[in-house]
Amino acid sequence: MKELEYPFDSEYIIKKRKSLRRTLLSDGSSRLKKKIAVFGGSTTNDIVVYLDLFLLNHGIEAEFYQSEYGQYWQDAMFPSEELINFAPDIVYIHTTGRNILNSPSSSDTREQVKELLNSEYSKFEQMWDKIRETYHCPIIQNNFEMPFYRLMGNRDCSDYRGRSNFLTRLNSMFYEYSEKHEGFYINDINFISASYGIKQWSDPSYWNMYKYAMCIEAIPEFSFNLSNIIKSVFGKNKKALALDLDNTLWGGVVGDDGVDGIQIGQETGVAQSYYEFQSYVKSLKSIGVILTVCSKNDHENAIAGLNHPEGALKPEDFIIIKANWENKDRNIIETASELNIMTDAIVFADDNPAEREIVRAQVNGVSVPVMDGVENYIVNIDRNGYFEVTNFSADDIKRNEMYKANAQRAAQQASFADYGEYLRSLEMTAVIDDFIPVYLQRITQLTNKSNQFNVTTKRYTPTEMEAVYQSDEYIRLYGKLIDKFGDNGVVSVVIGHKNVEILDIDLWIMSCRVLKRDMELAMLDKVVERCKACGIGKIRGYYYPTAKNKMVRELYGTFGFEKISEDEKGNTVWELDISGYEPKNHVIDVRENSEEK
Amino acid sequence: MDTKTIYARLNKVFRDVFDDEDITVGPKTTANDIEDWDSLEHITLMSAVQREFRVKFTMGEISSMKNVGEMADIIAKRAK
Repeated sequence: MKELEYPFDSEYIIKKRKSLRRTLLSDGSSRLKKKIAVFGGSTTNDIVVYLDLFLLNHGIEAEFYQSEYGQYWQDAMFPSEELINFAPDIVYIHTTGRNILNSPSSSDTREQVKELLNSEYSKFEQMWDKIRETYHCPIIQNNFEMPFYRLMGNRDCSDYRGRSNFLTRLNSMFYEYSEKHEGFYINDINFISASYGIKQWSDPSYWNMYKYAMCIEAIPEFSFNLSNIIKSVFGKNKKALALDLDNTLWGGVVGDDGVDGIQIGQETGVAQSYYEFQSYVKSLKSIGVILTVCSKNDHENAIAGLNHPEGALKPEDFIIIKANWENKDRNIIETASELNIMTDAIVFADDNPAEREIVRAQVNGVSVPVMDGVENYIVNIDRNGYFEVTNFSADDIKRNEMYKANAQRAAQQASFADYGEYLRSLEMTAVIDDFIPVYLQRITQLTNKSNQFNVTTKRYTPTEMEAVYQSDEYIRLYGKLIDKFGDNGVVSVVIGHKNVEILDIDLWIMSCRVLKRDMELAMLDKVVERCKACGIGKIRGYYYPTAKNKMVRELYGTFGFEKISEDEKGNTVWELDISGYEPKNHVIDVRENSEEK
Repeated sequence: MDTKTIYARLNKVFRDVFDDEDITVGPKTTANDIEDWDSLEHITLMSAVQREFRVKFTMGEISSMKNVGEMADIIAKRAK
């Protein structure tokens, strides 16, 4: 919904929040259901109202628990039965500078301030540890905004007795905890409050009248920022950025003005702005965003423009370049299918409002930021949080290379008559084995991101995955696929729990970038092998339909399982007796992880 | 700004905030007359009214307003 995308009109959202919610809830889309516990150090009612709206817009329908006013610490440390039964999927701790009651005084020694700092900090750390151990779920914690007045003036930030200095140090301690603990995320209100303007943000009347730690008008922006962390944790990030060229990546029209006539580089202010935007786009690549081009241009002109010596981006930075005279909505849909991603994982950036409108209207779920004026491009993309990083795995960094290798594979496939011959030519090797700690993060991430090749759509938080990893009740397998074009990384995960002599498959997922490579057969072979090794004779699979996982409706059938039941919703249960099982994979050389490296 | 315009615009704001097209406010309207008008919604209402008329109420004004009439009086004095 346009009204809820940055740059939005907060005051409009405040006024229309009820009807916006009604519209969202009646749009017929299916949403993830999540439970969020909010522990507040100040009033949280409106924070939850707008968080709810933005999450609905991100495809998440949340149920909320809110602590009584100011009871965040008590609720965390001494959870009520209500809270335990609520069983949150995520805990959010809404504390602000207003909750730090002890401030250094000007007569304090360095040691006394250090002690004060430690005592404030340990209160928080104690609380986080307790929450982790009680709920095994991700935690989001605010950092602290800077105070709106400075007792010592400018010195307040550099002197150990200054409150600004004190809060900055406390923030650093929070960040250290965050670095050391998976599933712990900082909601950066220090940035959001500064961006909003700390003077308006901290208007004391809102605290004194209503016990809100910021002004009402700032809450939509605040909640939007928070919603981006939550949707990222639950796998709703965007994956690809499709860019127009003329007047988007450079000033002018390369077909008319010629390569020498376009504005990019260091010559003018406008050229510098486009250069800055290109540099930003290029850096998105380094956090794993896939870049593509979607431009109405002759292909040669597009390539010539991208090869401009003053540009930051080069043709090889893009996985797919669609420079033609087709309609852009069609190009975007084709881009999605070539990348094997859903159209709702694409962000389309184009300076032309008419093109944006067509794509927005024709392409399901695509995000289309407003691109009015090159000076606003970076902020409009950045602040929408499309690519909010919560987990940062090695695979994210390599993702562009992997998609590029995929494009090369597709080109090679065309030159083979027989598909089997093509698969053998890829010289594939796989590592398939029980989980190892170094991959737990990637495995968890995959369970939250995979929508299409996913039979049960079961999601795991990092802490839940840790519990699966520690237990001997499970057969767990990750699969990593390497071929002559490159390493695809961990692309498949199977988790089954042992039920006497039956293995119940809780999860079977695979990344769509390795579809039709017989990787699923290699995984099945290994599942069977592991079952046999521990005396299990039968495997039971489940398929639960969603809007996105039709491709695996018959997965177990193609594996040779027998369908034993189907209900009116299309949920099916399948069984395979493995006594006479013959290995099905003949094209991938499979190893175990002791042989890795 | 004349009183009639003020009430017409106030009415629109009330309908938006409480998402109820049947609301009609007059000088004597108070929180007791509108079902959803509680202390939490009051904050939203104040924000929306201030935005509509481009005025900022002081803390003193917000805490002493007894009914919609008093709100309209302050707006009449301050709105340009």
